[in-house]
This record gives sequence, structure tokens and C-alpha cells, in this order.
Amino acid sequence: MRQHNWYGRLGVALTVLMVGFAGVGMFWTPYEPTAMVGADKYAAPSLAHPFGCDQLGRDILSRTMEGAGSTLMIALAVLAIGFVAGLLIGALCGYYGGVVDALVMRLSDALAAFPSILLALVVLAVIGPGKYNVIGALGVLFIPSFARLVRGEFLKYRDRDFVRSAKLMGVPDGRILFVHILPNTWPVLLSGLTIGFNNAVLAEASMSYLSIGVTAPDVSLGRMLNEAQGVWSTAPWCMLCPALVVVLTILGVSMLGEGLRERMAA
Amino acid sequence: MTKTLAKRGLLLIATLLLVTILAFVAFSIIPGDPTSSILGVEATAEQIAALRSKLGLDLPIWQRYLQWLGGLLTGDLGESYNYAMPVGELLSTCVTHTLTLAGLAFVLIVVLAIPLGILSARHEGGVVDRVLTILNQITMSVPNFVAGILLVYVFGLVLRLFRPGAIVTPQNGWGPYLWYMLFPALAVALPRAAMTVKMLRGSILSELGQDYIRTAYSKGNSKSSALWRHVLRNAMIPVVTFLAMTVADIMAGSIVVEQVFGIPGLGKMLVTSIGNRDYPVVQAIVVLIATVVVVCNFAADLLYRVMDPRLRGR
Repeated sequence: MRQHNWYGRLGVALTVLMVGFAGVGMFWTPYEPTAMVGADKYAAPSLAHPFGCDQLGRDILSRTMEGAGSTLMIALAVLAIGFVAGLLIGALCGYYGGVVDALVMRLSDALAAFPSILLALVVLAVIGPGKYNVIGALGVLFIPSFARLVRGEFLKYRDRDFVRSAKLMGVPDGRILFVHILPNTWPVLLSGLTIGFNNAVLAEASMSYLSIGVTAPDVSLGRMLNEAQGVWSTAPWCMLCPALVVVLTILGVSMLGEGLRERMAA
Repeated sequence: MTKTLAKRGLLLIATLLLVTILAFVAFSIIPGDPTSSILGVEATAEQIAALRSKLGLDLPIWQRYLQWLGGLLTGDLGESYNYAMPVGELLSTCVTHTLTLAGLAFVLIVVLAIPLGILSARHEGGVVDRVLTILNQITMSVPNFVAGILLVYVFGLVLRLFRPGAIVTPQNGWGPYLWYMLFPALAVALPRAAMTVKMLRGSILSELGQDYIRTAYSKGNSKSSALWRHVLRNAMIPVVTFLAMTVADIMAGSIVVEQVFGIPGLGKMLVTSIGNRDYPVVQAIVVLIATVVVVCNFAADLLYRVMDPRLRGR
């Protein structure tokens, strides 16, 4: 177990670093992310601009910091919607079972037949692009997977002795669900959350990259990569910083989740 | 087995029907009328009414659905609003591109992941295993379109092994066509291949700890013969399920990666049609992709039963 610990620790360190990067970006960036400086058009990386400047002379590092913040907020909002609704649905389905449970699970099977990006694209095609629509669409689409995860866990604990005795003692169902059972499921749910977070970052980045996600004037990592691709023969450095931030964030959070699972197994 | 097959078959048809309903209803409840995007804002009320009845928009929704479904089943996918041509004709070349890309990506995943997973598990804890595990973790964290961007940059712009943006079709010969598809397929495959390696490694290691393997050793089997003759057969079962689930991701990945490489496939057409509000095209693409995914899952389910005799009766 000891030798695996470095894994989780590195994950925590990377996650903190990337969240810090994005968090700082929400309040402070080295340059104004939207400031266009004609003389700095396509400026290569230098001491003043460590990751260079884009086609409008905007500092890539500053823009990435702002974009990372916005991607992070979107991912967290998506998780909040998906997780809270998934928790409620999954807990009720797992604990009570019955016809509703069967129906909900079939529906989630059918939804799983669609690749989630495809569904999100379709939803956005219907409701239009934009930051809040992305959050809404992805949030709703994330509900089934969380519901499934939570349901499995609650099903596992439903017939345990401590739940039965609580029931015999007349503890109300709501309390049994969220005070007696829920705390036992946190380890699994937390690791599910790390996977969900990565999927949310990935989905937002992919959608914005396809220009069906976040729209101007909002910045996001996916949008930056989309813009960078347009100029990559003249200014290949434009994609370096946003790409690096996407990869390191996903890497950090997945190692963190891995560490969590190792700890649970130990 | 026949009974199971029939039951699974019915479930398959039910799922596909649900898919078509979802795809149809989603685009029927959209506020706004496709007639205004076709005719422009200056159209007269008569023109709009005429077009509405020509497109069948004046019928109740269930009737339109049945008409559309009947068309789907007979191969008539409707007419594109934007290109004024049958959707089937419009999509035929796109389908070739996307299915080739996805198929090649699937082959790459299998070809890359299975040997590497076995290698990693065989040398568990050794240098090879550790290096592979680290590489794997990193590869898993690179989104497919970022991998695509890197591949275009390195192999297209720097090494000039292919020309980014050039379009090759099967008419140019299958050799050049597959070469053209290789890098996009690699971009789609890489993150998934890494996940498969991890999955297979875990699966083999957990099988290696089972009693029947100890028995195999005690009967004089060497490590490799135990691995090849006993472990793999069982360790592959969860991997097959996992690979079936990756089909959905490969299709989704293709949609995004086509954009990186400028391949005029279903993904590119989907994104364009969403932008143009060309709903017949979007509907057809959604149903096509979902059908591929559902049918592949169905096939995997059958394969799963063939591989695991314990499940045959169920």
C-alpha cells in the first residue's frame, strides 16, 4: 500500500496546482486576457509572455488562466446538477426498488446507447450554445450515470443489519437514507465524482472545441484550442498552454481518484 | 439460447425504437420553424403554408413520426433543408469516412491494448510494468482531440508524413485511404487503448490469483502456458464488455477528431447541420450513430454469452 501512496499524493498535488492555477485566474492574470497588443501579434514565447501571444496579440498564459477558471466552474456546476439529482434518484431507486426503479434504469440504459457528447450536441442544437446551456445540458446528461452509481451503493446497504435495526427503531426513511446509509457510500461516490469531473472537463472542452459549446466573449480551454488550431502553422505555441492545462488537470484528478480507490481497497 | 436470443432481439428493437422516438421528438419541440430558415423572413403566409404542407409539418406529431420511421425503414431518410438533396445521398460518403475511421480505431485499440496489457501483467511490478503504467496514465489523460492536434502538428506539419486538410477517398485506392485514416484513428484510439490496457492488466492479475491457476501450476504448467491456456480466456470476458462499451466512445471520438483532421465524415456533417438547423440531417445522423452503438452492444452481449458458458442458459 505504501508504495502506491505516491500515486494519490502526486494526484492531490497536481489537482491543487491546477485548481490553484484556475482559481487565481478568476481574480488575477499577468495581463488583461482580452487586451490586444498589435506589436505582440503571434509573439513567440518569451520572458514577458512565457507561452507567447495569439493572432490578436493577447497573452496566452492570461487567457488560459481565465479559460481554465471558466472550464473549472462549468465542470463543477455540471457535477453539482448531475450529482445532486443523481443522488436523490439513485438513493430512492436503490432503497425502494420496484416498478419506478425498473423504469428509471431502463431509461438510463437507453440513454447510455447514445455517446454522451452526441446527446449533448443534440441538446445544444435544440437549445442553442452558450455557457449556461452547456452546464444545463451536461448536468442533465450526467444524472443517469450518477444515479446508477448511487443506486448500486444504496442497494448494497439496504438489507444490512444497521439499516434494519434503524428501521425497527422507527427512524424515518429520509434519515435512514441520508444519515445512516449515505456516509458509508462516500468513498465510492467520491471516486465516482473524480471520474465525473474529468468527463465534464472533457465534454466541455470537446464541445467548445467543436464551437457548439461556450461562445464568445466567454473563454474556455476548448475554445482556445479551437482558435489555436486556426493559426497552428504560424503560431504553434498557441495550443501548448491550454492543451497542457487540460491534460494536467485530467491527469491530476484521475490520479487522485486512483489514490482514493487504493485507499479504499487497503 | 434461442429464447435468450429472441429476448435480446426484442430488447434491441425496443431500444432502437426508443432511440428514434427521442431523436424525432427532440427536434419537433424546438421553437421556431424550419420554413423560416428555408424561405427567409420575407416569405408570405401562403408560401409558408405551402412549404409546411410539402414538408408534412401540418400533420400531427405522431403521424409525422410514423411517416419518418416508415421512411427510415425503407431507406428514405428525408430531404436536407440546406442542400436540397436526399439525406441518404448526402450522408453516403460521410458514413464511409466515419465507419472506416471508427473501425480502424477499434482495430488499433485491440492491436495496441491486448499485447501491452498482457505484457504489463506478466511483468507485474517490474520495470516494464511500471513504465507502461505511467505512460498509460498519461495517455489516458490526453483527450482524443488534443491527441489529434498533437498528431497533426508532429506528423503533418513537422514531419510531413501526411498533408493536413487534404481529403482522400477510397477512390484514391485503399492503401492511401487507410494511411489517411491512420492518424485520426490513432487519435481516437489512444486514450481508449490506454484504458483497455489498464483494464486487461487488472483482469489478468485478478484471474492469476484464482485457485484454478494454482491447480494449473501444480499440474506442471509454466507461467506462460497458464497465462495463455487458462487465464486469458477468462480475463478477456470483462475486456470484451469494455470494448463493446468503447464503441460509443469511439463514435463520439470520431465526431470530434474528424474536426481536427478536416475529414468530411458524419461528425463534420453533424456539426455543420446543427449550425444550419438542418434537422432531417441531424436526426438521421443521430439515429445512425446510436444504431451502430446499440447493435455493437447487442453483438458484444451475444459474444459474452458464447465466451462464458455459465451465462448461456440465461
